[in-house]
Amino acid sequence: MLELAWLLVAVPLVSGLGLLVWGKEGDRVGHLIGTAASSFSFIVGLICFFQILGRDEGDRSYSKSLFTWIEAGPFHVDMAYTFDQLSGLFVLLITGVGTLIHVYSIGYMEHDARRRRFFAYLNIFIASMLTLVLASDYLVLFLGWEGVGLASYLLIGFWQHKDSAAAAATKAFVVNRVGDVGMALAIMLMFAQFGTTAISEVNVSVNAASTSTATALGLLLLLGACGKSAQVPLQSWLLDAMEGPTPVSALIHAATMVTAGVYLVVRSNGVFDASEAARNAVIAVGLVTLLAGAWIGCAKDDIKKALAGSTMSQIGYMMLAAGLGPAGYAFAIFHLITHGFFKANLFLGAGSIMHGMDDDVEMRHYGALRAAMPVTFITFLFGYLAIIGFPGFSGFFSKDKIIETAFGHSFWVGLGALVGAGVTGFYMTRMMMMTFFSEKRWKEDVHPHESPKVMTYPLIALGALSLLGGAMMLGGWITDFLEPVVGHAEHEELAIPAWLLSVLITLVVAVGVALSYVLYSREPIAAETPADESVSFFSRAGRHELYGNELNEAVVVRPTRHLTRFLVFLDGKGVDGFVTGLADRLGDASQLLRKPQTGFVRSYALSIFGGSLVVVLALLAARLA
Amino acid sequence: MFTADLPPITGPDVEYSLIAPILIITAAAVLGTLVEALVPRTRRFGVQAAVAVVGVLAAIGDTIWVYQSLDAVKGGGHSGRGQISTEGALSVDGPGVVTWLLLLVFALLSFLLFAERRLEGGLSAFTGRAADAPGSAGEAEATAARIEHTEVFPLASFALLGMMVFATANDLLTMFVALEVLSLPLYLMCGLARRRRLLSQEAALKYFLLGAFSSVFFLYGVALAYGYAGSFELGRIAVAVSSRTGSDTLLLASIALMAVGLLFKISAVPFHSWTPDVYQGAPTPVTAFMAAGTKTAAFVALLRVFFVAFGGATWDWRPTIWVIAVVTMFLGALVSIAQTDVKRMLAYSSIAHAGFLLVGFAGAYVGTTDRISSVSSVLFYLTVYGIATIGAFAIVTLIRDAGGEATHLSRWAGLGKASPFLAGSFALFMLSFAGIPLTSGFIGKWAVFSAAWSGGYWPLVVIGVLMSAVAAYFYVRVIVLMFFTDPVGDGPTIAVPSVLTTTVIAATAAATVFLGLVPGPMLDLAQHAGTFVR
Repeated sequence: MLELAWLLVAVPLVSGLGLLVWGKEGDRVGHLIGTAASSFSFIVGLICFFQILGRDEGDRSYSKSLFTWIEAGPFHVDMAYTFDQLSGLFVLLITGVGTLIHVYSIGYMEHDARRRRFFAYLNIFIASMLTLVLASDYLVLFLGWEGVGLASYLLIGFWQHKDSAAAAATKAFVVNRVGDVGMALAIMLMFAQFGTTAISEVNVSVNAASTSTATALGLLLLLGACGKSAQVPLQSWLLDAMEGPTPVSALIHAATMVTAGVYLVVRSNGVFDASEAARNAVIAVGLVTLLAGAWIGCAKDDIKKALAGSTMSQIGYMMLAAGLGPAGYAFAIFHLITHGFFKANLFLGAGSIMHGMDDDVEMRHYGALRAAMPVTFITFLFGYLAIIGFPGFSGFFSKDKIIETAFGHSFWVGLGALVGAGVTGFYMTRMMMMTFFSEKRWKEDVHPHESPKVMTYPLIALGALSLLGGAMMLGGWITDFLEPVVGHAEHEELAIPAWLLSVLITLVVAVGVALSYVLYSREPIAAETPADESVSFFSRAGRHELYGNELNEAVVVRPTRHLTRFLVFLDGKGVDGFVTGLADRLGDASQLLRKPQTGFVRSYALSIFGGSLVVVLALLAARLA
Repeated sequence: MFTADLPPITGPDVEYSLIAPILIITAAAVLGTLVEALVPRTRRFGVQAAVAVVGVLAAIGDTIWVYQSLDAVKGGGHSGRGQISTEGALSVDGPGVVTWLLLLVFALLSFLLFAERRLEGGLSAFTGRAADAPGSAGEAEATAARIEHTEVFPLASFALLGMMVFATANDLLTMFVALEVLSLPLYLMCGLARRRRLLSQEAALKYFLLGAFSSVFFLYGVALAYGYAGSFELGRIAVAVSSRTGSDTLLLASIALMAVGLLFKISAVPFHSWTPDVYQGAPTPVTAFMAAGTKTAAFVALLRVFFVAFGGATWDWRPTIWVIAVVTMFLGALVSIAQTDVKRMLAYSSIAHAGFLLVGFAGAYVGTTDRISSVSSVLFYLTVYGIATIGAFAIVTLIRDAGGEATHLSRWAGLGKASPFLAGSFALFMLSFAGIPLTSGFIGKWAVFSAAWSGGYWPLVVIGVLMSAVAAYFYVRVIVLMFFTDPVGDGPTIAVPSVLTTTVIAATAAATVFLGLVPGPMLDLAQHAGTFVR
C-alpha cells in the first residue's frame, strides 16, 4: 500500500476539485462524497502506518518519487513523498481527526446552502495538509504549505457576507504572507547554499555549512513556522480566524494546520541541531507565546476566542519543546497529537454548544448547560481534563514531559512552562464554570438542546481519544518510535525525581483550578461583559489580545499606509509627471521637426543637396582630423 | 574568308542556371507586356495577375534551388557561399540569394494586394485611365466602362527585376542600371491611384524628381570611384582602396556621393523628405511593395558597396553612418508622433526603421559562429520589417469610408470593437515595429543592436534603445486609439476583402508571431548566408 500512498493526497484533491466544479446536482451528495474521500485517506493512511510498523525499526521510512517536477541543470526536484514515522503519525492525525470533523460538519452545516462548497474546501485542505507532511522536498512542502494557507483563507471567509469574516480571512492571509516570505527565503537559501531543496539532503548538508548559514536558515524557517502556527509576533490572525465555521476552527485552527510550524521545525531538525541560536529563538518564541496565549485565554468571553488563545498557548508548548532539540522533538510531536485530539474535542464541543444556543459565542450568555447538553458536557469535560493535565488524561503525559525537559534545559524556561500550566488550569476552569456550571444567563427565546447524533458521535470519539491518547507514552513508545527521524538524546537528570516534578506540576494546576473555581463561584457572573474601565489591567490587556493588533497597527500598518500614500504621490507627480512631461516635450519637438516637411519639392531637393554637402565634408573632415 | 580576318568574338560567359530567378522574372515581365497587347480586355486582369504570381512562385522555387547549390568560398579571411557570375556583373552569393528570396516573397504578398478587386466594387486599386485628368469626364467614362490599368503587373515585375539585380550587382554600372530599372516603374505606379488622384500624381512627380536628383549623386559617385580605382568592379575597387594608390579626396568624395544615392533609397535622414509624401500618395498596395521591396534591395546594395568596395576604408565612413543612424532614428521616431495620417505615420516609422537598420550596418561586424554579423542581422531585420509593413498596409486598404481609404487616425478610433481580428493584427504589427518581445520585431532589434555592440558601437546601441522607447510611444498610441477610444460618429467602415487580402494579413500576422517565438530557423538562414563574395 505504501507505493500507493499518493492516493492519500490524490483522492481528496480530486474529490475537492470535483465538488467545486460540480453544479447544483452535487448538493445532495456533496457532503457524503467529501466525507468518503477523507475516510478513504484515513483507511489508506492506517494501512500504510501498520505496514511501516511491521517493518524493522531502521527501515520504517518509505520514499517514492512520482515524477520529476523541476529539472534545471544540476537542480532537480522530484514530486516525491516520504512516509516515515513522523509523517505517518501526522497522516493519521490529519485524516483521523479530519474525518471525524467531516462527519460532524454534515450536521453542523446542514442548513447552509453552500455545504457542498464547504466540503470541497475541507477536502482541498486535507489534500494540501497531507502534501505538506508527506513531501520529501521543501519545495513540494511549500506547495502544501500554500495550499493549506489557501484553504484556511477560503474557510475563514466562508461566510463572506459577514464583513468581519471577510476581513478576518484577509488578515489571516496577509499575516501568513509574512511567514511565507520567510519560508520562501529559506528555500532560496537552501538552493543557493546547498544546490538542493530535498529535506533529507538539506538536513545533512547543513552540518558542513557555516553556523551563520544554519542560523539564518533556522530563523527563516522559524519565521515561516510563526506565521502558520500563530506564534508571537505573527499571532494576531488566529483569534480573528474564529470567524470561520466552528468545524474549521477545530480542524484547521486547532488540530492540524496551525501545528504545521511545529512539524516544520521538527522535520528540519538537522538545521536546528546545527544552530544553537536558532534553537534559542524557537524556545523564546514558544515560551512567550505559551504565556501570552494563556493570558488572552483568561480574559476572553467569546468561547471560541478563549479556545483560540488556548491553542496559541498549547502550540507555544510544542514550539518550546521543539526548540529544546533532540530531547524535545518527540515530546513536541506527542503534545501536538494529544492536543489535536483534545482541542478538536473542545472546539467541536463549543460548536455543539453554539448549535444549541443559536450560534451565540458569548460565554456570559451560557451557564448551567450541563443538564441541557449531557453528551456535550461529558465530552467537553474530558477535553478539559486533558488540556489542564489531569493525571491519567493524555495532556497530563504530554505536557508533563515538555515541562520536565524544559527544566532540564534551564530553570527559568521550565518555570515559565510551569506557570503556563497553572494559568491553563485557571482559564479552562473559568470556561467550564461559565458554560456548564454557575446559573443560567440564557437570552430569551434560546432553548439549549443536545446536538444530533452525527455531531455527538465524533465528540464521543474525540473525548475517548482525549483520555486515551496518553497511551502512546506507555513505555516511552513514541520517543523510541520517532527516534530514527528526530535523533537520539540522552535523558537529562533533574535535581529532583521526575515523579516529584509531576506532583509539583499537578499541584500548580490545582492551584490555578482552585483559584478560578473560587473566583467564579463566589459571586454571580455578569450576563454582560463588564466595561474595560471596571476590570483590572490584566483582563483589559488580555481582552485586547495584549495589544498585538494595536502594535501591528502602529508599527506596520500605519507606516506602510503612509509609505503607500507617499509612493502614490511620488508615482503620480514624480514618475507620471516626468513621463507625461517627457511625452509632451517629445510631442512639441515633433511639431517643430515636422515644419521642414513643406511639401515643396524644391525644399526637399535643397535638403538633399545640403545633406550631401554635409556628408562629403564630414568624410573629408574625419580624414583630416 | 571575310570573317577570318576579324578577331574572334567570344560570347560572354553567363551562368544561366545561377541567375535563372532573375531570368524568370524578366520573362514574366516581358510576357506581361505581350499579354497587354494580345489578351482581350475583359480577361486581361486575371491573366496578368496569374502571370505575375506564377512567375514569382517559379522564381521562389528556383531561388531555393540556387541557394542550395551555392558553393562555399574560402580564403581571404572570409567565409561565404556563391560566386561572381556573368563576367563580373553579378555576384550570386549567400546574402544576395537570401535577398532575392525576401524580395520575391514581398513581391508575392504585394501582388496579392494588387490583385484585390472586391474593395472597389470589382475594380482594382489603380485608376482606369491614368491619362485622364482627375475629376474629368473621361475618368468617369473609364470608370463606368470598368477600364483598368493592368500594366501594373508587368511594371511591378520589372521593378522586382531591378531590385533583384540591384541587390546582387557586382559592378557599379550594373548597379546604376538596376537602380533605374527598379525606380522608373515605381515612379509610374505611384501615380496610378484610383482615389485621391491629385495626391497620387503629385507623389509620383515628387518621387521622380527627387529620385532622378539622387541618382545623379550616385552616378557621380560611381564616376569618381572609377577615377580612383580604374574599374567599376567592387572587388577591384576594394583592392585599390586597401592599397591606397589614388587620391584620398577622390575616394572620400566617391564614398560620400554614392552614400547619398543609396541612403536616399532607404530614406535615411536627411534624404528622407520624399518618403511621407510618396507613401501617402501612392496606391496603398504599391506603398507596401515599395516600402518592403525597395528598402530591402537598397539596403543590401548599400551593404555590398560599403563592405566589399569600401571595406578597406571603414574607419572613414563608419562615424558618418553612426551620425546618420542617430538622426534618422531620432527624426523618424519623433516626427511620427505628430502624424495624424496612418500612411504618413507608417512612412515615418519606415524612416525610423531605416535608422535601426543603419545601427546594424554601422556596427560593420563580420560575425562569428555565435555572434551575429552585421549582414545577417540586417537581413533578419529586413525580413521582419518587410513582412510587418506589408501586413500593416494591407489593413490600411480595408479601413474605408465614402472617399476611399480612411487614413486619418481619428477614423481608426474604436476599431477594436468593430473588428477585433483586423485591430488585433494591426496591434500585433505595431508591437512588432516597436520591438516588443514575443514579436519578430524584438528579435530583429536584438539582432542589429547585437551586431553594433559586437562591432564596438555600444553608445549607438544605447541611443538606439532609447529611440525604440520613443518609437514605442506612437505605436502604442495607435493601439490605445483602436481599443480604448470610442469611435467618432459612425466609426470606420471595414470593407470585406476577398481571400487575397485576407491571406496576406493572416500570413504576415502569423509570420510576425512565428518569427518572434521561433526565430531560430530564419536567424540560421541569415547567418548561414555568410558574407558577400568579392
